[in-house]
Amino acid sequence: MRLALRESQPTWRTFLLAGIALLITYLVTAGLIRWAGANPFSAFELMLTSPLKTSFGIGEVILSATPIIFTGLAVALAFRAGYWNIGAEGQFLIGAAMATFVGLHSNNLPGGVAIPLMLIAAAVGGALWGVVPAILRVRFGIDEVVTTLLLNPVAALVVAGLLNGPWRNPETQFPESARLPKQTDMPTLIPDTRIHLGFGIAILLLLIVWFVIARTPVGLKLRAVGSNLKAARASGVNVSRILMGAALSSAAIAGLAGGVEVSAVSHQLTNGISPGFGYTGVIVATLAALTIPGVLLVALLFGDLTVGSFTASRILQIPSTVGEVVQAVLMVSVISVLVFRKYSIILRVKAPQ
Amino acid sequence: MRIAKSFGPVKALADVTFAAQSGQVHALLGENGAGKTTLMRILYGLTRPDAGTILIDGSEANITSPRVARNLGIGMVTQHFALVGPMTVAENLLLTEPGNGVISLQKARAHVRDLSSEFGLEVDPDAIVEDLPVGGRQRVEILKALSHGCKTLVLDEPTAVLTPKDIDSLFSLVQGLCKDSGLAVVFISHKMHEVLQISDEVSVLRHGTIVSTQRNFELDVHQLTQLMVGADDPNLEVLVGAKSPQTPAIAQLSAPKATVLSVRDLVISRDGVDRVDNFSLEVRAGEIVAVAGVTGNGQSELVEALLGLHEPTLGEIEVNTINVVGSGIRGRRTAGMSGVSEDRHQQVVGELSVAENLALTDPSRFASGPLLSRSAMTASAEDKIAQFNIKSSPGQSAGTLSGGNMQKVLLARMFDAKPSVAVVAQPTRGLDVSSTAQVRAELRNRAKDGTGIVVISEDLDEVLQISDRIVVIYRGRIVGELASDTATTAELGRLMAGVA
Repeated sequence: MRLALRESQPTWRTFLLAGIALLITYLVTAGLIRWAGANPFSAFELMLTSPLKTSFGIGEVILSATPIIFTGLAVALAFRAGYWNIGAEGQFLIGAAMATFVGLHSNNLPGGVAIPLMLIAAAVGGALWGVVPAILRVRFGIDEVVTTLLLNPVAALVVAGLLNGPWRNPETQFPESARLPKQTDMPTLIPDTRIHLGFGIAILLLLIVWFVIARTPVGLKLRAVGSNLKAARASGVNVSRILMGAALSSAAIAGLAGGVEVSAVSHQLTNGISPGFGYTGVIVATLAALTIPGVLLVALLFGDLTVGSFTASRILQIPSTVGEVVQAVLMVSVISVLVFRKYSIILRVKAPQ
Repeated sequence: MRIAKSFGPVKALADVTFAAQSGQVHALLGENGAGKTTLMRILYGLTRPDAGTILIDGSEANITSPRVARNLGIGMVTQHFALVGPMTVAENLLLTEPGNGVISLQKARAHVRDLSSEFGLEVDPDAIVEDLPVGGRQRVEILKALSHGCKTLVLDEPTAVLTPKDIDSLFSLVQGLCKDSGLAVVFISHKMHEVLQISDEVSVLRHGTIVSTQRNFELDVHQLTQLMVGADDPNLEVLVGAKSPQTPAIAQLSAPKATVLSVRDLVISRDGVDRVDNFSLEVRAGEIVAVAGVTGNGQSELVEALLGLHEPTLGEIEVNTINVVGSGIRGRRTAGMSGVSEDRHQQVVGELSVAENLALTDPSRFASGPLLSRSAMTASAEDKIAQFNIKSSPGQSAGTLSGGNMQKVLLARMFDAKPSVAVVAQPTRGLDVSSTAQVRAELRNRAKDGTGIVVISEDLDEVLQISDRIVVIYRGRIVGELASDTATTAELGRLMAGVA
């Protein structure tokens, strides 16, 4: 038995495989849900569909999907170039800190100036946090998986240091920054929901990255470097430039996510500003098979599952961690099944005579 | 043994028959791609033959896996050692037969000592494998193969990694194994001197068939070269004859053309060894210069240096009078030189489409505004597909192409840049007859249009058929230069064998 490369990869097959993965997830987790004392079918129904039945629910789904659209996009972009950026978490935190810094010093700047400044600072901060691993990889061939990953706890310590030191809340003395001035709050995108402008930025960025990868000369080179670096180099592609560009853009997007989170949701820097958005981004990008539209779909599905599993746990009296189990099983089954997007199984090469 | 094996339309092996006898060394001699590795894989159960049988002591053997092969008394030592570096020799041997329950290192050590005294093979059971020199590690591999009651020992290119001193001790070991322990040894190699030194019988494998099996004393280096690279081909004279009228036209009848490539005093050192030594070459517009030689005489290193995959240690490479050393692949391309190296899979991105691979060298050509125009890419790919007779569609993943079609994609892309110098390594290796003919015709046509072409090849037919001039490389040095219309195969063979 072996795997063979398929000649083409039609879109319908991806959807078929995603359906199969969902079915496998259901079969695997049904027993667990029954054990927790609920009907698996209604639990799945609640988890998947209940948030989509009200406009408030949809708003909540989009709100919880927004940060992981950014981080998923950041990771997918780097991975497509074969640059394994596992540092979106740290880049997110530094982005958030940079935005907070600008916000704290924005004095009486109007929001129209202060917010863009915060976002630019966040993106630059993320990129700066990503630049050292990128140089180490491109110049010296040092494995970026290790360096980007190890910088994540460093970033968390930088944030903790700021919050316990210079940025400690002067009123409450808690290790969290003061609330940023009101005018630095990101406006909502749709009135009467919590969907903020950050979602619009995420979608815009997603479209740009999608077009760049799929339809531009740089994107073609990036895909070539990502799938066969040696062949890309032999074809005359400037591999270092592509890797560097992908690494820094990826880190900048992750940093921007941190800025958006500060400006739109938390309005202050806290130690818990990221419940692992960077790592979830790796999962989202992987589940999306590194396709950019896939990132949007998976991030929304994760948002849906997050909101839905709260509802399910409230109504069915099952632990909300069941939702996390479902997400984890979904990840394993999708990743296994997506292999068949590019490869087919050949059971027996040829019977011997 | 009678074996046939084919991959796709290309027959890797056709009706190969040879016999190894106990107490003797049987050498299998052949160029890269002649089918040696496939044959070896079949013997060791890693690949199944499409037809044919393997007889061991007169009874038919069905070798389905390496384990079966070992149980049948076949031992194999490949170029790539399968040893665990941080472990001791005894532990490595234990790994092949850990058994059940508690392992006894004491017994394993004793086993190693028994084996080494039985076969006269000096190995310290407590030595850490990664601390051993290459020759020592190879002895451990041989010991491993012998530890399973091996009766037929297959050595695949065993001298490739060894120093001359190690080679001598390997040879005396192999002779000892044959004479004293009665083993049959199959010695796979492309090095004629070694084959003549060690073997009792020599089979020459060429394009998947055994072209000759003879006793060692009936052969000399010169004969072997001809057998190996194909000077015995009855079609050869016809091919050379047919080419003659058109060839001199370019080199001689017209006024001397400009020099497009000038290589001066090139030295390429790897691990302290000069793989290419003082290599100089001039190529004029419109001529094909072949660099001929037996595998492993510095050709791969030369190609890498010419194409910019690895910069040379010393020397100059001038393309259109511009020195391109240090400018990498892209610098050379800008100066007007591009090429196709040996390994196609390191030049084609398998997961991208044929059209995308063709566009990859300079995709901005197909940009309209910031976006790539897919229709322009497809149209250009369709042109190339028709022009080079590539059997594929523009949207097909390049990784699914056959070797011949992949090669044509690479040639199409190379000539697309309108280079003044094209460097092509092993242009037809592994290609079927019709692709081979097409590729050679294409190279001739491009030369006629004024491109200076360097062909690095081990195939004597090819060298004589398509080139205007031949330089012969031996141990990294040019040992002779011949005009192909007056060159004789005998002369070439002698030069390639290093017999000055």
